[in-house]
Amino acid sequence: MSRTTDSIFRPFVPADAERSDRSAGDRARHRLKLRESIRDNIADIIAEESIIGKDRGKIIKVPIRGIREFRFVYGENTPGVGQGDGKSQQGQVVGKAKGQQGSGEGKAGDQPGTDYYETDVTLEELIEIMFEDLELPDLERKALRQIEAFRISKRKGYRQVGIRVRLDKRRTVRERVKRKLATTRTKDVTASLSARAHAPGRFPFHDRDLVYRHMTTDVKKESNAVVMCVMDTSGSMDTMKKYLARSFFFLLFQFICTKYRHVEIVFIAHHTEANEVTEEEFFHKGESGGTFISSGYQKALDIVQARYHPSLWNIYAFHCSDGDNFDSDNPTALRTAKELTDVCNLFGYGEIKPLGSRYYESSMLNIFRRLEAENFQTVLIERKEDIWPSFKAFLAKDKGKDD
Amino acid sequence: MGTDYTLKDLEYWDVRIREKVEEFGLDCYPQEFEVCDHSQMLAYMAYSGMPSHYPHWSYGKSYEKLKTLYDHGVSGIPYEMVINSSPALAYLMRDNSLCLQILTIAHVYGHNDFFKNNFTFKSTRAEFTIGTFKAHADRVRRYVDTPSIGYDKIESLMDAAHALSLQCRRNLAVKKLSEEAERERIAAASIPAHDPFQRIHRRQEAVEPDLRRVPPMPDEDILLFIRDHNPFLAEWERDVLTIVHEEAQYFIPQIETKIMNEGWASFFHKRILESLDLPQDIRLEFIVRHNQVLRPIPGSVNPYHLGFKLWEDIERRGDRPTPEERENLPPGKTGRDLLFETREVDRDSSFLRRWLHEELMRDLDLFRFEPKGEDLVVSDVSDDDGWRQVKETLLKNVGMASMPVIRIEDADYNHNRTLLLVHAHDGRDLQLDYAEKTLGYVHRLWGHEVVLETSVNGKRTFLTFSDRGFSAKAAK
Repeated sequence: MSRTTDSIFRPFVPADAERSDRSAGDRARHRLKLRESIRDNIADIIAEESIIGKDRGKIIKVPIRGIREFRFVYGENTPGVGQGDGKSQQGQVVGKAKGQQGSGEGKAGDQPGTDYYETDVTLEELIEIMFEDLELPDLERKALRQIEAFRISKRKGYRQVGIRVRLDKRRTVRERVKRKLATTRTKDVTASLSARAHAPGRFPFHDRDLVYRHMTTDVKKESNAVVMCVMDTSGSMDTMKKYLARSFFFLLFQFICTKYRHVEIVFIAHHTEANEVTEEEFFHKGESGGTFISSGYQKALDIVQARYHPSLWNIYAFHCSDGDNFDSDNPTALRTAKELTDVCNLFGYGEIKPLGSRYYESSMLNIFRRLEAENFQTVLIERKEDIWPSFKAFLAKDKGKDD
Repeated sequence: MGTDYTLKDLEYWDVRIREKVEEFGLDCYPQEFEVCDHSQMLAYMAYSGMPSHYPHWSYGKSYEKLKTLYDHGVSGIPYEMVINSSPALAYLMRDNSLCLQILTIAHVYGHNDFFKNNFTFKSTRAEFTIGTFKAHADRVRRYVDTPSIGYDKIESLMDAAHALSLQCRRNLAVKKLSEEAERERIAAASIPAHDPFQRIHRRQEAVEPDLRRVPPMPDEDILLFIRDHNPFLAEWERDVLTIVHEEAQYFIPQIETKIMNEGWASFFHKRILESLDLPQDIRLEFIVRHNQVLRPIPGSVNPYHLGFKLWEDIERRGDRPTPEERENLPPGKTGRDLLFETREVDRDSSFLRRWLHEELMRDLDLFRFEPKGEDLVVSDVSDDDGWRQVKETLLKNVGMASMPVIRIEDADYNHNRTLLLVHAHDGRDLQLDYAEKTLGYVHRLWGHEVVLETSVNGKRTFLTFSDRGFSAKAAK
């Protein structure tokens, strides 16, 4: 063999290793596709009981579909060959057909089954994905502004220091040209012509040439807002209904915490009478008794009266109930609901009727039909899968087009 | 650095290993090693070892997957990664012990020799590998930067092209005929053969062949065919199809020789390290590592193990043949002759067909399994009755044989520019949901209705993908 050259060894260079994250772009793109896939399946994921009421840092496993790479491959009825321990017998079971364990050719990458996988997503991230296109509708500017709705970065002049991405190449080059002209001119005066001819052709950039764009953050003040969560905790709200209602409010609560920094939230639980409760009590405490829906509304109105004047505050009220109201209360309920719509930007009523119970229980939906107000909305939640769509119906950005 | 060796050590051992490489008669390309850390290694793995590669999200996915498996300790990182190029490029993991580095270096020379000498790799043009991949990457990036094209269009085209990249000709040593040459052949074949007894025979009717048919003969290169026959593709789209096709072609020899290649490298790393006179501690670690790599994986086939056993057996046959085997051997061949000849002329399927015999299969305890209900059940073991079955099944699962053969039969099916694909059914049905999606990609590229003829549960079936979506229909 003609071996004239030695093998070359290239040593490890830590700087290279730090710089060479070559898959970053493709990973980001893959992550994006994952997010899309998660968003497409969000209703199913929400329906999974495990999310509700959990800590935000909790990691949930989300089954991913739709980012498989498809090829023509052989199906599951394909026989294979394996190696045994010397005692293989005909008829012996060597694995499970589904999931392709035990089928090995070292080339399993092409086989279906290996491409199904779950990904770990924190609840935080999931919530972020969910709420991407939602917002509190019709937020108006009110006199007293306090809420930081969002921050944006704004360009503001130029500086000599900054981070690399903000380097303004054009201005930097211009600075260099200026400096070059300046130095040659001084040379003209001070030095002889020969010295100038002697000057090397290279004129490198200097730190002082660098020009960076300067950014400032701009905090945009939004109007004050308060969200009132009103929940029916009467005896007719069985475990399933309570679960659905809490899921709804849990989403709402997470949504507000995620998107708005200073929105106030008021929790009201009612049966025949209403109480303002803490978040903890609202989500975890059960009560019983009859139902006067009007009591909850009246409480909300009282609180608005006392603390959140409509001229200064954007008010959002959401109420979840099974609609099984005490008959005599209905006129009062309608009246207080009307009053609420007058003060609120949006008043949403979610009626929780697990499948089937619609036929033998009374419904407030029929009664509220008489309430004509643009900012009043009702939805019907029949099962877990409805929570997300109904939630979206309240808060979707392009609601106008949806209706 | 936290490592127990220096670059000097590596160079010292490399010189000694290369002496042995020469002594054993391996014939290698020049070799380059690069020491890298684990995240660089994962990145190289995701991009098939290429220093430069075009972007696509699937590589990000493969990186994430490798990283997850690595982080959770499900799978380690392979000790070595070497690409078929001249000079051959290999990566050494910085965190490995000196023993592993020595083992890896020896192993790499085995692969290097195989790349250079095995006939399947002749088509890959190793001296241009890195440049070609770089040029491909540059071209794709340029399309991404072109305002009228952009990332999204490239990506959706790539998705489709990737799905079909392995639907191509398998034996690259056979030259592909041009359509003209194919037509000439068909015309020649349609003329009745000369018959010396023509006077007493009835005259044979010459059937006029259909020379207008496109393709004249069934075509396996789906991407290339579509590139050449869909007039609505833009120039950049044709180029992307070409790029994806060429990269797939580059990897086919590696798919086709996995068992041989890994076996060959393992066979020689063992031989080299055993002859090196290693210090005691390194030798002990080597034995442990070697057995880890080569251990049989119950219920599956470890290509390192199977290949290694076969090469050992081939050498034995040359040097100490049984009387029966001696009859079948060409005279005067030593074990070494057999080894080097085989590494040149075989691919996995022919390698196993020629050299895997009943006794060896029994030693390895190879069995054939079938899905039965929920379970995978052993249907045949390597005994007198079953070994042929087991071997046949193994042959169907190595290299490209594990991918279905699908050919383009007609580009103007029913005279309305429908593309007819025919699956050469060999007893294995297609995975239908995958077939549906993949057919969607063919439709995307062809831009018109596509039909795939296959067989489902023994019934001839036509899968159609048109503008109205997917449908499956059993043949009448």
